Amino acid sequence: MTASNIVTVDHLTKSFGKVKALQDISFATTKGEIFGFIGPDGSGKTTLFRIITTLLLPDQGQVTVLGLDCVKGFRELRRHIGYMPGRFSLYMDLTVEENLNFYATVFGTTINDNYELIADIYSHIEPFKNRPAGKLSGGMKQKLALSCALIHKPELLVLDEPTTGVDAVSRAEFWEMLKKLRKYNITILVSTPYMDEAMQCDKVALIQEGKLLSVDQPEKITDGFSRKLFSIKASEKYHLIMALREFPLINTAYPFGDSVHVTFRDDRYDDSLLTFLQTKGITGVTIDQTRAGIEDRFLELMTP
Amino acid sequence: MKRLLVFVKKEFIHIFRDFRTMVILFLIPGALILLFGFVVSNDLKNARISFLDLSKDEMTLKLTDKICSSGFFVRGENLHSYGDIERALRGNNNKAVIIFEKDFSRKLISEGKATVNIITDGSEPNMATMATNYVSAIVSDFNSELVGGGAAAMLLVHPEVRMFYNPTLKGQHMFVPGVITLIMILICALMTSITITREKEFGTMEALLVSPLKPIQIILGKIVPYFILSFIDVIIILVLSWFVFDLPVKGSIFLLLAEAMLYILMSLSLGILISTVSKTMQQAIFISLVGMMLPTILLSGFIYPIENMPKIYDWVSAVMPPRYFVIIIKNVMIKGTGFSYIWKETLILCLFTVVAIGLSMRKFNIRLQ
Amino acid sequence: MNEKVISVHNLVKKFGNFIANDHLSFEVYQGEIFGFLGANGAGKTTAIRILSGLSRPTSGKVMVAGFDALKQPEQIKKNIGYMCQRFSLYEDLTVKENIMLYGGIYGMKKQLIRERTKSLLVRLRFEEFGDRLIASLPLGLKQKLAFSVAVLHEPKIVFLDEPTGGVDPITRRQFWEMIYETAARGITVFVTTHYMDEAEYCDRVSIMDEGKIEALDTPAELKKKYQAGSIEEVFIRIARHGKK
Repeated sequence: MTASNIVTVDHLTKSFGKVKALQDISFATTKGEIFGFIGPDGSGKTTLFRIITTLLLPDQGQVTVLGLDCVKGFRELRRHIGYMPGRFSLYMDLTVEENLNFYATVFGTTINDNYELIADIYSHIEPFKNRPAGKLSGGMKQKLALSCALIHKPELLVLDEPTTGVDAVSRAEFWEMLKKLRKYNITILVSTPYMDEAMQCDKVALIQEGKLLSVDQPEKITDGFSRKLFSIKASEKYHLIMALREFPLINTAYPFGDSVHVTFRDDRYDDSLLTFLQTKGITGVTIDQTRAGIEDRFLELMTP
Repeated sequence: MKRLLVFVKKEFIHIFRDFRTMVILFLIPGALILLFGFVVSNDLKNARISFLDLSKDEMTLKLTDKICSSGFFVRGENLHSYGDIERALRGNNNKAVIIFEKDFSRKLISEGKATVNIITDGSEPNMATMATNYVSAIVSDFNSELVGGGAAAMLLVHPEVRMFYNPTLKGQHMFVPGVITLIMILICALMTSITITREKEFGTMEALLVSPLKPIQIILGKIVPYFILSFIDVIIILVLSWFVFDLPVKGSIFLLLAEAMLYILMSLSLGILISTVSKTMQQAIFISLVGMMLPTILLSGFIYPIENMPKIYDWVSAVMPPRYFVIIIKNVMIKGTGFSYIWKETLILCLFTVVAIGLSMRKFNIRLQ
Repeated sequence: MNEKVISVHNLVKKFGNFIANDHLSFEVYQGEIFGFLGANGAGKTTAIRILSGLSRPTSGKVMVAGFDALKQPEQIKKNIGYMCQRFSLYEDLTVKENIMLYGGIYGMKKQLIRERTKSLLVRLRFEEFGDRLIASLPLGLKQKLAFSVAVLHEPKIVFLDEPTGGVDPITRRQFWEMIYETAARGITVFVTTHYMDEAEYCDRVSIMDEGKIEALDTPAELKKKYQAGSIEEVFIRIARHGKK
C-alpha cells in the first residue's frame, strides 16, 4: 500500500440477505487515473461504489479512501468525495443554476470559487441555466450532474453509470470531459455496463456476479485473450453460426457485430472448414484473424 | 447555518413549484372546514351525567335512578349549587347536568307540574343533542308512569334544555378544532414523509448523504418550511372560522397558537419518523394515511365521542396524539378555558414530541440500508 | 427477403411549428434486422410511434405490415410486437401467467397459447421455470423471455428498444442469436438503440439527425463511405455535423 493510493480495497465482501453482492474484492487506484468498472447490471458495481462513498458498510474487508478508513472516517471523507449516483441526483423542479448553487452551498463553497474546474462542462449548459433540470435532455442532465459532483473540487470523483441512457454524441463528449479533468489530478472511478467504453479508461476492472474477473490496463486485458481469434463473415449470419457450432474443430462461435468471432481447438483451421460451410449452403464466406476486444476477453473469463 | 438556509430555500422552491402541494397546503384546509361542517350522527352510551337536586325528595331520587339505570348515562357527582355546574362541565368529565327544582314533588302534586332542567356541554353538539333527547324520553316515560299509576290526573314534567358555550348549537363550529387537528397531521406527517422518501426514490438522498450535511441539518431543512406553512394554515383556518362561521377564539389566542406549534412540531417529527422506515413514497403515503389520518378521523374523538366507543378503542386512542390536541383546542377555542385546564394534555403532547424527535433522529440513517 | 413490410414515403410529423419528422422515406424488408439510430431528440421516438400505430402522421404515406398508418392503426397494432427498454413483463406474475396474459391480449386461442408456451419454454430451456414469478428470475432470462413473449403472436414486425443494454456478454450473444433466428423465420426486427455496437449487428442501419434520415445502408457500407472504423464514429460525425 503506497502513499499514492487513492482507493485501496482489500478482501471486501458484502451480502444482502442471501445475495452475495460482492465477494472478496481487492484492488487499488493511484492518483489521477480513470479507473473503470465494467460489468453487466446486477454485477455489484453500485454496491461497491456505495461502500467507497461511505453510503454502505462493508461486511468484511478493509476499504481505505484518501488515507481514511471509509467506516470510521466517513465524516471527513464526505467532504472530499464527489459522487454522481446512477440516477442523476438532480432536483428536477430546480433550475440548472439552482441545482448547482444548492450543491455548492451544501459543500461549503460557491460556484465562483471552483468555476474554472467545471467551466468546460458547465459552459455547455449555462445558456439554459434558468431551465428546470427536468426539462433538459439526457446529455445535458448528465453534464449538470457532473458539474454538481465536481463543484467542491473533490479529490475523488465516483461516477455510477454516467453514460447509461445517453446518446452516443453526448457519451463521447462526456469521456472527453473526464479526460480533461486529468490535469487537475482528480482520481475518477467510473462504472459502465458497456464494454466498448473500457478503452477510454486508464485501468479497468471487469466485474461479474460480485467478483472481479480481471484488473489491468485495457490493452493488457485484451492481450490476455489466450487463443487466436478469427472473424468469419457470410451472407447468412444465423445459419453461419449454427453451421459453425457443428464443425468439429470449433471451440467457440459467438456473434459479434457484423461477423462471428470464432476460436478453434488448436488455434488453427484448414480448408475443410470452407468445404464444410459450402456443403451447408453458406456463401460469401471470409475468414480473418482479428484482435480480441474487451468483450471477447470478458466472455472468455466468464466461461472458464 | 448557510447550509441549512440553502436547504430550507430549496424546500420552499419544491413546494411553490408544485401545484399539487400548493393545493394541499392552501385549498384543502378551507375545503375541509366547509365539508366537515356536516354533523355525523352517532349513538350515546355511558355518558357521565351529574345532578343538582335542590329538593332531594322521593320523586327526584326515583327519577335519578331511572335515568342512571337506563344504560345511556353513568351517575356522576351530586352538585350542591348552581355555581358547581360550570366547573362540572368545564372539567370535561360531565356531558350533562340535570337540575331538579326546589320542592319538586310538592309542586308536582299541588300545581300539577314541575321542571327538570338539562344543561349539556354545547362544545360537543352530537353528544348534547342526544343527551337531551334521551333524558327527555326518560322523563316523559316517567311522567306517563305517574299518570298511569293514578296518582294524579294532570302531572307533567317539562324538561328545559339549556346549553353552555355554544348556545345556538352550530355543528360546524365543533369541526374547526377537528379540521385543524387533521390538517396538521396531513401536512406535517404526510408531506414531510413524502418529501424525504421522494429524495430517496429520485436518488438525490444519496448525494445529500455523501455531502458534509449532517442529519440534523437535513431534518431541520425539511421541518422548517413545513412548520412555517402549517402555522400559516392554522391562522387561515382560524380566520376562516371567525369570518365564515362567526366563531372567534374564546380563550387566549397566544395559548392556542403555542399549543398549535407544539402539535405541529410533534406531527413533523412523526413525519420524519415515517420517512425513516419507508423506502418509497407509496409506503410513506400508506403509513401516513392508514397509521395517522384514519385514526385521527375515527379515534381522536372529533367525530365520534370516545365515550361511545368500546373500551378497546378508547385505549387505542389513548396513544393517538390528536386526541389530546382535540381536547386542548376545544377547551381554548370554544370553552375559553385557560392553561390550568389543559396542562395535562399539553404535557402528554410534549412527551409524544420528545419521543418522536428522539426516535426519528436515532433512526435517520447516515447511510443507505 | 424482398417483400416490403414497412414502407415510408415523405413522412412528415409536426407538433405546432416544430417539425419532428421531416420528409422521411425508407423501406424495411421482411426478415430484415433494421437498426434505427439517432441522437436524443432527433425524432426517433416520434417516428416509431407512427410506425407502431400510436400516432398519426401529419402527411406522407406510411404502410406497416400492409396497413396504412393513417387509416388502419388498429390493424397495425395487431401485426406488430414490441419490447421496450427492459422487460415488459409483470414481475408479480409467473412466467406462464405472463404468457397467457400476453397471448390473451392479442386474441390468441387458448389452445394455441398453450402449444406456443410449451415450445417456447423448451426452446429457452425454461421448462422448470414455468411457474416461477418473473421477479425471481435472473436478469438475462427475463430479457430473453420478454423477447419471446413479444413475438409469441408471430407478428410481422417486432420493435426492440435497446434490447441488450446492460446484460452480460454471454446473455447478449444468446439474445442476438434469438434475434437472428427470429429474422430467419421471416419476422422483421426493428431495433432502436443508443449503443452503436448494437447497431453493428444489424443488417442495415439508418441514422437520424434533426428530423431527417442522414444515412441509410449496411454497417459495412456506412463505414466504408465515412472512412470510419465503427458505426459509432459514423454516428458522431453525422450528429456533430448536424449541430454546426
